[in-house]
Amino acid sequence: MNAAARESSSPAEMRMTISKLNFWYGSKQTLFDVNLGIAANKITALIGPSGCGKSTLLRTLNRMYETVRNARLEGEILLDGKNILAQDVTQLRRRIGMVFQRPNPFPKSIFENVAYGLRINGSTLPVAEAVEKSLRHAALWDEVKDQLHKSAYELSGGQQQRLCIARALAVEPEVLLLDEPCSALDPISTAKIEELLVQLKELCTIVTVTHNMQQAARVSDFTAFLLTGQLIEFSPTPHLFTTPGDPRTEAYITGRFG
Amino acid sequence: MSGRLRWRKFVSGFMLAMTGVCALVTVSVLFFVLGDLVVHGGTSINWNFFTKLPAPVGETGGGMANAIVGSAKLLALASLIGVPIGFLGGVYLAEFSGSTVAFVVRYAADLLNGVPSIVIGIFAYALLVLPFKHFSTIAGSFALGLMMIPITLRSTEQFLNGVPRALREGSMALGASKWKTIQAVVIPAAYRGILTAILLAFARVAGETAPLLFTALGNRYWSHGWNEPTASLPVVIYTYALSPYEDWHRQAWAAGLVLLGLILIINIVARAILSRGISVPRA
Amino acid sequence: MTPSAGPIASSRSFLSRLRHGDEIAHLITFLFAASVVLVTVLLVFVLWQQSLLPRHKFGFDFFFTRVWDPVSEEFGALPFIYGTIVTTAVALLISVPLGLGAAIFLAELAPQKISDTLQFFIDLLAAVPSVIYGLLGIFVVVPVMRTVIEPALKNALGFLPFFQGPAYGIGFLTAGIVLAIMIVPYIISVSREILLAVPREQREAALALGATRWESTWKVVVPFARTGIMGSIFLAMARALGETMAVAMVIGNTPAISASLFSPGYSIAAVIANEFTEATGDLYLQALVELGLVLFLLTFLLNGIARLLIVATTQKGSKTAQV
Repeated sequence: MNAAARESSSPAEMRMTISKLNFWYGSKQTLFDVNLGIAANKITALIGPSGCGKSTLLRTLNRMYETVRNARLEGEILLDGKNILAQDVTQLRRRIGMVFQRPNPFPKSIFENVAYGLRINGSTLPVAEAVEKSLRHAALWDEVKDQLHKSAYELSGGQQQRLCIARALAVEPEVLLLDEPCSALDPISTAKIEELLVQLKELCTIVTVTHNMQQAARVSDFTAFLLTGQLIEFSPTPHLFTTPGDPRTEAYITGRFG
Repeated sequence: MSGRLRWRKFVSGFMLAMTGVCALVTVSVLFFVLGDLVVHGGTSINWNFFTKLPAPVGETGGGMANAIVGSAKLLALASLIGVPIGFLGGVYLAEFSGSTVAFVVRYAADLLNGVPSIVIGIFAYALLVLPFKHFSTIAGSFALGLMMIPITLRSTEQFLNGVPRALREGSMALGASKWKTIQAVVIPAAYRGILTAILLAFARVAGETAPLLFTALGNRYWSHGWNEPTASLPVVIYTYALSPYEDWHRQAWAAGLVLLGLILIINIVARAILSRGISVPRA
Repeated sequence: MTPSAGPIASSRSFLSRLRHGDEIAHLITFLFAASVVLVTVLLVFVLWQQSLLPRHKFGFDFFFTRVWDPVSEEFGALPFIYGTIVTTAVALLISVPLGLGAAIFLAELAPQKISDTLQFFIDLLAAVPSVIYGLLGIFVVVPVMRTVIEPALKNALGFLPFFQGPAYGIGFLTAGIVLAIMIVPYIISVSREILLAVPREQREAALALGATRWESTWKVVVPFARTGIMGSIFLAMARALGETMAVAMVIGNTPAISASLFSPGYSIAAVIANEFTEATGDLYLQALVELGLVLFLLTFLLNGIARLLIVATTQKGSKTAQV
């Protein structure tokens, strides 16, 4: 397992490094000794059957687990070489953004949704410019540029999710975490977002959880396979899907379980 | 950490602490009220208080026996009026009614619930005092009973509806009629919630003063039967508190302590009954 | 009660008896339910009918006349309407920030057990009768107002018309404060429920953008719940309007219209409570009934609006992410 992790990239290209990560909800341990490197400006996919811990793992990266009372973490998570657990969490979350499983725009206008992060964190550009830039990056600008002041809830599901991506991008994060971003969307919206993720690589490092293996194969550069809280295999995507190293990986990707 | 972020975090901590202060201030009022009643009224609660009639104006040593008995009579009759109507009305809504009738009944109950208690008093006055040209316990009970109806009705409906279909169907599959099922299975399954609601309704009207002001009025002596005006704890508290006599003030505190104590105990007991869970076995 | 295994004839009469029992139950419970509707309709009718005289004599002028003189049979409701509005306004100014703050604490910050325990105490607070608040009002609040608070306000803010004039301790301000304490539990209970119902993802999305906990609460969660919170405020207003005893005991019972909050005044409910049994003559009594009718209509309106607002919020939670 560790050999596979180290095989992926040389340390200098790692945006984030996870070492000896163990995680508990109350007395129940849900992640066991996970070691993983997230390559800069690449897409890393976390796959595995329901309950394997992939969402839990994702949420440790921006310390979102801290909103749950009984969650406990041991180990080290580094962002650009510095331990994120020792940093101020509010500041950290500006550098690591998150998009959630179901679109969750705020009850505000499309413009104000994207502007929200800018308004609280401060922005280098004038707000209107920054909003346009984000909406363009999220491939949503052309569709909404004439209705920026309409409520976000008037958009379709796929558009709302792209709006949430734009909202996350507005604060210019270095890493973007996506938790099954397409699971609530139709195939066409899903395809649009997959295209988008590939383009966004240039802007930031992407980690995405998906229960859809084909999506992982289509979109990601590196794939990590988790099973009951353990990292079974981690390698460049083409490698993992064509010549998996571990029999359990092979069983999962050929559909024998999960 | 940048200065701006430091400020934001400070604001966050400060505002969240302020909300805690708000919660603390609100809750502490309860203890403040109780504490004051105990301090000012505790010493005045003695045998005289419970057994003697009010002494002549200006003299000390009287009690509130007539007010206590008066309140008991008013509440007993009020319950007799309000509980059956509320309960059976709730049974109707949950078990028999169609949706239009149910909507109308619920709407009326909600309306009744929102009517200020003094307006209920006016209604009872117009109905039961004006035509007979005298104040009475019955009129007071009627006003209080009206106020018990909405809570009892909505809660009965709610808890009956909460009884699972599986339970009803099991009974009817054995050949029981609908009414038998309701009687023997559904109501017993929901009894905790319904009992709680009745207790809470009782506690609510026990403290009501306004509707009694011109229905039961008041009485410095014993009230006989149901057709005479009667003293009641809340009205006596009101009257004595506004009077200029120290002794009456003392007694008002004591009566307040007794009244609030009773109401709080009923509330606590009612909620304890409910929190034991609804008495339907888990599947 | 299993069906008898006897011959068909007796089982048929058994069945019809069963149905008979059901039908009687249906009828009886229907009658009781209908009586609720009947009594409510009767109430409105009686209020309307028993206020006929003043409505005919004064018409709408009733609401704009300042004079309330039983001797000359001139009845104007303005002082009471004024008093009711002022005390309610003062009560809201105090109770809304206090109640919303407490609700935020209970919904967002406090761990489950503490939140439930505190809510339990707040429910008990809501059960304290009006007359008890009045008792404490007269003997505890009024002296404090007279000796400490009102003089302090006069020193600090005496240039404002609200804080001028002699400070007796009783009056609009005191009544407003007592009223505030009485309606705060309603704001807290309803707002807490509504805040708890805001979907987790809203909060998380704000935090994920680097917002502080307060920013996430105040700028996302509370706005999401704002319709329901407005509903709780309307509910509290309706209760404030109807509160009789505590207000009657500390407002001073003087039909005065004054800008000063220190001035004694009167409210609609208080004047009914005080003068109903003393009313001589039909016009006097019916004028008071008309005031009761006004109170009824106002609370009816406010409660209706509150209900709509609260229902609208609970439906909003399921409106997001329409796929």
